[in-house]
Amino acid sequence: MNNFSIYVIPFCTGVLLLLGFSVLKYWRWIKRFDKLQQAIIRKNIWSWKFLPAIWEAFREGLLHWRIAKKNWLLGYMHRSLAFGWFLLIVVGFVQALLAFPDGHPFWMAIFYNYFVHEDNLLVFPDAPLFADIMDALLLYVLSGLALAVFKKLWSRPLGMKRTTRHTPLDRVTKFALWCIFPLRLLSETATSAIYHNGGFLIQWLGNGMAGIGIADPYFEYICWLLYSIALGTFFALMPFSRYMHIFTEIFLIYFRQLGVRDNADQKSGYTMFELNACSRCGICIDGCPINKELDITNIQGVYLLQSIRNHDWRKRQVSIAENCLMCDRCVADCPVNIDLNVMRRHVRIQNKRPIDTSGNYSYLDTVQPFNAIGRVAYFGGCMSHLTPGTTEAMERIFQAAGQKYWYMDRDRSICCGRPLLQQGFTTQANELRRKNTELIVNSGATMLITSCPICYRSFKEEYHLPIPVFHHTEYIDYLLTAGRIKLRKSDRRVAYHDPCELGRGCGIYDEPRRILDATSTLLKTKDEREHSRCCGFNLGNTTLDTEEQRKIRNAALENLRQPNPDVIATACPACKKAFTRAEEFPVEDVAEIVAENLIS
Amino acid sequence: MKYAIIGAGPAGIEAASVLAAHGKEVTLFEKAPSPLKNIADKAFLFPNFAPADEMVQTLDKKLQNELITVLYDTEITDLSRVALTGTVESYGDYAATMPQSSFAIPSEWKLTDAKGHTYFANKVLVTTGYTPFDAHRKEELGYGIYKGIHTSIEMEKMIRHKLFFLMIRRPPRRIVFLQCVGSRDEKSGNHYCSKVCCVTAVKQAIEVKKLLPNTDVFVFYMDLRMWGQGFEEMYRQSQETYGVRFVRGRISEASGTFDGRVQIKAEDTLMGLPMKMTTDLLVLMVGMEASEGTRQIGHSCNICGDYGFIHTIDPHLQDNLTSHKDLYAAGTCKRPMSLTDSVNDARAAALAMLDS
Repeated sequence: MNNFSIYVIPFCTGVLLLLGFSVLKYWRWIKRFDKLQQAIIRKNIWSWKFLPAIWEAFREGLLHWRIAKKNWLLGYMHRSLAFGWFLLIVVGFVQALLAFPDGHPFWMAIFYNYFVHEDNLLVFPDAPLFADIMDALLLYVLSGLALAVFKKLWSRPLGMKRTTRHTPLDRVTKFALWCIFPLRLLSETATSAIYHNGGFLIQWLGNGMAGIGIADPYFEYICWLLYSIALGTFFALMPFSRYMHIFTEIFLIYFRQLGVRDNADQKSGYTMFELNACSRCGICIDGCPINKELDITNIQGVYLLQSIRNHDWRKRQVSIAENCLMCDRCVADCPVNIDLNVMRRHVRIQNKRPIDTSGNYSYLDTVQPFNAIGRVAYFGGCMSHLTPGTTEAMERIFQAAGQKYWYMDRDRSICCGRPLLQQGFTTQANELRRKNTELIVNSGATMLITSCPICYRSFKEEYHLPIPVFHHTEYIDYLLTAGRIKLRKSDRRVAYHDPCELGRGCGIYDEPRRILDATSTLLKTKDEREHSRCCGFNLGNTTLDTEEQRKIRNAALENLRQPNPDVIATACPACKKAFTRAEEFPVEDVAEIVAENLIS
Repeated sequence: MKYAIIGAGPAGIEAASVLAAHGKEVTLFEKAPSPLKNIADKAFLFPNFAPADEMVQTLDKKLQNELITVLYDTEITDLSRVALTGTVESYGDYAATMPQSSFAIPSEWKLTDAKGHTYFANKVLVTTGYTPFDAHRKEELGYGIYKGIHTSIEMEKMIRHKLFFLMIRRPPRRIVFLQCVGSRDEKSGNHYCSKVCCVTAVKQAIEVKKLLPNTDVFVFYMDLRMWGQGFEEMYRQSQETYGVRFVRGRISEASGTFDGRVQIKAEDTLMGLPMKMTTDLLVLMVGMEASEGTRQIGHSCNICGDYGFIHTIDPHLQDNLTSHKDLYAAGTCKRPMSLTDSVNDARAAALAMLDS
């Protein structure tokens, strides 16, 4: 029995290229991990954390669980291609191993049918069973491929309104991938036409082919050659195309499970893994409010990552990175859980570096320290100064609860720094954070409460304060549970708007809803919780003009007004301002609703 | 010929009196229980400080005419064209296909009020007017949240009562006026100038100074548009004779102080410095917006223009004509206008109705 033919060379070359480039790339990325990331990896590498990583890699890399939750047909498509092909390879290897207990070249599993014709002669006892399984698996993959072709023509039934526009290289690679499975079917059929081997499908097709008179070794050889070329091309192009995600996602899941996070200030090794773990599936496009309301379809997360990975000229990267509301909707939608906005900020930081160091901080020292021992610190935030109704209500709630407080930015306020950080001004933001930290720590306050989700996220994620930080909805919820304030139930119908930074940013969905349930009738809206729509006036974006922001806001308002509420409630001063600017529809902060219904 | 006028404000009444003087029968529809709602509580009129009451009385007297019928508490919600035979024409088709001069089917206007009553008229004049901007929408200015923050409408009422209520509480040491609240404002979506607030602030500042000579009066402005006869002189007089101080800059936020006063944060753009100031009273010079009636009529007849105001054919020579035959518009339902202009415009509209 022969186990080599000249046509396996393209395949082998492809595999070698893939291995070589992958190892090279991964090695370079791992070397780029910064000190903190290295320390975390070194600390956790010998822990049990690889077990959940294996489970997640299996669930997401092969079964595509999160995509299936979004749309089962889309999930089936990805699953059949990934899991089906994976099984095809695994079962193929097992089959070859059983057939050649004395060892065999590694391509044997791939080209088994060409070399082994003696199914009926019982190479090993279960050979026909294996052949049937392989046929079934090939059918499974082909069904996914058919769906993929269908999706290219009409993506709506698969839950996608818009799909990604790919680069030419990606298209070539995809074409190679799409050729692999039909060519495999064709080659095996051609072999079967001559030798009558294969499972239920191949034998049936082979007999058909023989029936129309094609039982030609030359034809068979050409088919297998094409199959090998398709495989080789795909593998050779894989490290440079979007299909690099196949292996990278596994590494990413592993590192994430170890506790590694992205460096907020600059590209690190982890960033490279995130960049390459993006499969450019385009799921982030549909949810994006800039796509939905403004029809701008070239700035979504997938294009940002594509642009960074392809080393597009800086101007283009910046134009993509700057035009984003940072509402985190794409981050919530991403099936690979890539933190897209961190990478967006990397580009912004790079762009702002020349002007980042300028700034006048002399006013910082005019803010007087305060002895707040035994009090809670209350930070309204700049935006709350523009919605005095909220801060006023919070002061009334503090009084009703008998809580001593220090309103730290009542008179002179220092920004929390997050708006600057969102725009890429890290040095300037650091100065503000330094002063605020100093004020809070020196005051001796027991906890920090803020009315603004932007400040809240900043204090929570970027400050490392020694005292707990609460958003006012969390705090009011705590007061209610502890019985320190009592509320009467009004008969008003309320629709709640989830602010981006509070909901998707910090995961606070239930606290405001519990509060509103206690004081009024809370209505359900169509897009809520992680699907909540951005109010359009998010501080993350400085490129949209007011007219465009208004369009996004009106869409969010429409969604909120749809269940016909008496009042719209929100927990963010920026959202509140956005909505009150629109028209005369009552919009109130959760704190205001609570203050109105206090029983003193 | 039956004439109908929607809205019994200064423009509506003036137009009615002109039509009546020409022997025409006029019906005035007013949704409030009394006429002249917007000027009834004004104190004085610029630029000559004539008492507003005199104007109200004069206009009221013009209503005492047997040819004029006034229907109060009647809110016209729908306006449509019906053929005299009784069939209702589809409105959009009518406007598109029929040239204004050749009117094939004799038809008239059908006015439907909120209670469902219908009225018929040959010619209709819309004088549904304006409504003041709701200052609650600019929450950063603290209106409705802190004490001591009022709109110019409320200030006018206070001046009418000689600042009586203000005086019993505590004579104010300082009063601040802020121009352009809800007009020329990108954020609230009103890009237009409301035209009368500049001179109203100057007028009110002078009146405050007349009543309380020792009170500091500040006016924060973007630019002062003294467009009318005598306005510029009034502006000059306010500074030279009365010592009103003008600051070029916007107030960014207002908040209450512990003793019930108002603290404002602003920028003096001539000095190039941010500033803080504590005042007893902050007066927001609210702009004009299309009233709800104006929006309703505009939508029901498809003559809605920018910002909900009514669109006329040509601002120069056909400013009272709308795109529909026999439907006219006058006064502040078209754009912000002073009282003087509004009344003149109403006369022009009445003549246009008589002409055609």
